[in-house]
Amino acid sequence: MVVGAGMVGAACALHAAAAGLRTVLVDRGPVAGGTTGAGEGNLLVSDKEPGPELGLALLSARLWQGLTERHKLGATAEYEAKGGLVVASGEEGLRALLDFAAAQRRSGVEAVPVPADGLHELEPRLAEGLAGGVHYPQDAQVQPALAAARLVRAARDLGAEARFGTTVTAVLRTPDGAVRGVRTDRGDIHAPAVVNAAGTWGGEVAALAGVRLPVLPRRGFVLVTEPLPARTVRHKVYAADYVADVASDSADLQTSAVVEATAAGPVLIGASRERVGFDRTFSLPVVRRLAAQALALFPVLRDVATLRAYTGFRPYLPDHLPAIGPDPRAPGLHHACGHEGAGIGLAPATGHLIAQCLTGVRPDLDLTPFRPDRFTAEEATP
Amino acid sequence: MSRRSPLRLARAAPGPGFTFSFDGRDIPAHPGQSVAAALWSAGVLSWRTTRVDGAPRGVFCGIGVCFDCLVTVNGRPGQRACVTAAHPGDVVTPQAGTGELP
Repeated sequence: MVVGAGMVGAACALHAAAAGLRTVLVDRGPVAGGTTGAGEGNLLVSDKEPGPELGLALLSARLWQGLTERHKLGATAEYEAKGGLVVASGEEGLRALLDFAAAQRRSGVEAVPVPADGLHELEPRLAEGLAGGVHYPQDAQVQPALAAARLVRAARDLGAEARFGTTVTAVLRTPDGAVRGVRTDRGDIHAPAVVNAAGTWGGEVAALAGVRLPVLPRRGFVLVTEPLPARTVRHKVYAADYVADVASDSADLQTSAVVEATAAGPVLIGASRERVGFDRTFSLPVVRRLAAQALALFPVLRDVATLRAYTGFRPYLPDHLPAIGPDPRAPGLHHACGHEGAGIGLAPATGHLIAQCLTGVRPDLDLTPFRPDRFTAEEATP
Repeated sequence: MSRRSPLRLARAAPGPGFTFSFDGRDIPAHPGQSVAAALWSAGVLSWRTTRVDGAPRGVFCGIGVCFDCLVTVNGRPGQRACVTAAHPGDVVTPQAGTGELP
């Protein structure tokens, strides 16, 4: 059984059902009621440095293509392989970006340097005077809530059962400590394996099973503009500073504009990062900074109205890697959470690897870096 | 015209009326009246078509939130008719889809 019907839980349920397992998916709210419904739908390889997370992203990028063909996500979930464009404003930033891209290329990422005079061919409305950039054709976009709903439906078509409005209140254990299901406010569900896909709330589910998993929220705002003509913004466009912000350990506010159009017309402007707990209070200073950074990339947005802003909480772990795989401290418990701002993109690989763990198949990727018990007692005490 | 007009009910004494042009037609308006209110008073209920299906759109929320009533005013697209005041001599034109960029 899978706890959490966000993008990652939906992918876990689909892959488990496809592997022939009897699968139950529960969520205390609806599909995509947490972080999935509050994101932009980034399927990025461009922001990942060589390492375990990039391996996960590349596997996911391949799986996304298969999912899109099988479940027609282009038509039903606005999947678009639009590619990413990372730009640098100055020479120093450009050198760092090109070095980063060269390392990524050695790990299998398509990363094409774009000289300053080639930027407008890819992105005609981009500001003048930028130093250059890198084009990432493997980056893609999806409407995350629709995508999660499509995958839940596909899992149901394969026989999985989904129960919404059902809150897990306890994890059931045998006398020798093995997990044997969950207690919910609507009765017990018995299962020899429980997958914790509770995202930002994954630490709470782990605690119900008596183990520590230090998942914490990192708040982000997204601005939504009025609908604009198609192809005003063609790629996922962001400033090179974004990568440093993602990797930052600072609790302070970081903002770096990530700009992309949606199928319905509005342009989305992310991405701020703050560690302020689960505080949902709207912050004008934060969205003002986002808007200013978006204008620096796309001056054409100056007179465009914003319709609204929304906020959500990325689930992060101290080393910025997710927890994926079985928890040796509670046999039968598996984790699939803590993907920070990358859960939509990394969901298919996560679901695939979890299904391999559940069926006793050797996982396609080494899960050692994602071990849920990798944190020291200090790290695990937020 | 009904005797129970909002102006009468509120005992309003607006300044002298004027007209603006909509799609080549003169639309009467009072000072401070929104473009949408003036269009409605003149019997015009729709002034935008959607970008995919070309379906007609006019006022939906009426309070500036939904951005469904977008119209082009004096060449500037994407104006919300429900919160944009009409001015004498304004040239208002219907908008197809999301219009052009400002």
